[in-house]
Amino acid sequence: MLQIDCPWCGPRDETEFSYGGEAHIVRPSDPDATSDEAWADYLFMRTNPRGRHAEQWCHAHGCRRWFNVVRDTVSYRIEAVYRIGGQGPGGSHDPA
Amino acid sequence: MKKYSLFSLARNAFSHHQNWQPAWRNPEPKPAYDVLIVGGGGHGLATAYYLAKEHGISNVAVLEKGWIGGGNTGRNTTIVRSNYLWDEAAQLYEKSLQLWEGLSQDINYNVMFSQRGVFNLAHTLQDVRDVQRRVHANLLNGVDSEWVPVDRLKQMIPILNVSSDARYPVLGASLQRRGGVARHDAVAWGFARAADARGVDIIQNCEVTGIRREGGQVVGVDTTRGAISARKIGVVTAGNSSVLAAMADLRFPIDSHPLQALVSEPLKPILDTVVMSNAVHGYVSQSDKGELVIGAGIDAYTGYGQRGSPHIIEGNLAAIKELFPMFSRVRMLRQWGGIVDTCPDACPIISKTPVSGLYFNCGWGTGGFKATPGSGWVFAHTIARDQPHSLNAPFSLERFVTGHLIDEHGAAGVAH
Repeated sequence: MLQIDCPWCGPRDETEFSYGGEAHIVRPSDPDATSDEAWADYLFMRTNPRGRHAEQWCHAHGCRRWFNVVRDTVSYRIEAVYRIGGQGPGGSHDPA
Repeated sequence: MKKYSLFSLARNAFSHHQNWQPAWRNPEPKPAYDVLIVGGGGHGLATAYYLAKEHGISNVAVLEKGWIGGGNTGRNTTIVRSNYLWDEAAQLYEKSLQLWEGLSQDINYNVMFSQRGVFNLAHTLQDVRDVQRRVHANLLNGVDSEWVPVDRLKQMIPILNVSSDARYPVLGASLQRRGGVARHDAVAWGFARAADARGVDIIQNCEVTGIRREGGQVVGVDTTRGAISARKIGVVTAGNSSVLAAMADLRFPIDSHPLQALVSEPLKPILDTVVMSNAVHGYVSQSDKGELVIGAGIDAYTGYGQRGSPHIIEGNLAAIKELFPMFSRVRMLRQWGGIVDTCPDACPIISKTPVSGLYFNCGWGTGGFKATPGSGWVFAHTIARDQPHSLNAPFSLERFVTGHLIDEHGAAGVAH
């Protein structure tokens, strides 16, 4: 089980959290003008990397707030935790 | 290849079983093939076998980064059934089940396919409605299926707890009598041996590190054992499908998750069928060795680590113990994880791609083992003809653009 350091509550067991998948996916600003391909990419296509992964978690059984985590998908080691809109540690899957 | 038979068994007994021919060769990779299959699990080996058998294409290599059958083929809970809700899925899995029924004879290898029946339990009134709807849908698709009320269920599985005091009382179940289990290792070994006999090269310890393209057409792969050319490449790499897709600059609607299973110490025969419950999330059968074979759920997060979390197993065993109180003091012997490639609609992708000559067979998620022969059969057709068979045409990559998903999540008793 992972131990996740909630930015508001501190380190807690993984079972207190729910997983929200890949982070930093931006909804197309004008869906009517978005092609089916671009919409499918937004809705379904995922990076699913083997290695560093920026992802969303929610402290469902705690403060119920969402935040971002950078985690290695092979070692499962958590590299960084940062708030929504906050600055990630840098790297290819992090916000520019 | 020497045929396995009662006579060959007797003949080899005279030499103390020291002179059996290896089940397949161990060739060096050639510089070029007509078709490359990336991934030496059951699906990849079946694809190679049916390419040779059904389409006469035997200049084929199967490239496996580890050893054949060492991935999910050797890590699943071996359940075979075809009682899916939607027409497209029911027909695909039913084709596979029909192939299972003749597979041991076809490939001259005992895959120990045992049609001992598969029960899917219903625990709530809504479960009952859903399961009965699926039973009716199965019958309309020619898939054998029946509703078993709880009193008859108790007679058929005496050790099942159907007490109304249970946390989630059992109200009935669907039963597919033609469903059952097979020996997973034998499926990989049998397909490998049969494909090898038809000229397919099975190349182990050969990891693909790049997919070469020229003007939108695949021309080969880079591997840890050198470059290999081919103008048709079928990728069947389960949990690593997104990694392979990225090598061809493709993005897939797939998330990889750890999925765990475990077996108990061997017991005397106690459970002669397969029992699955989606609501409490547990499924169990008993192997010929006597071990209870138990499947758990996936970890919530994505991962490639081939191991899962203990709390998943804890919840799973709580469910098993609730269904079968007499198992409460059984000790577990082994536990392991595999990486499953889950799709948003819980259905596979067996498809051409925007890259000419590059085909993907992936997204089987938690339930690919049952489809092994059928998956190979339709994928071989797709590669050989450069167009899908009518059975797998609905399972294209384009469905995520057109929106024509085949939503088997929950609807079909999709556990594993």
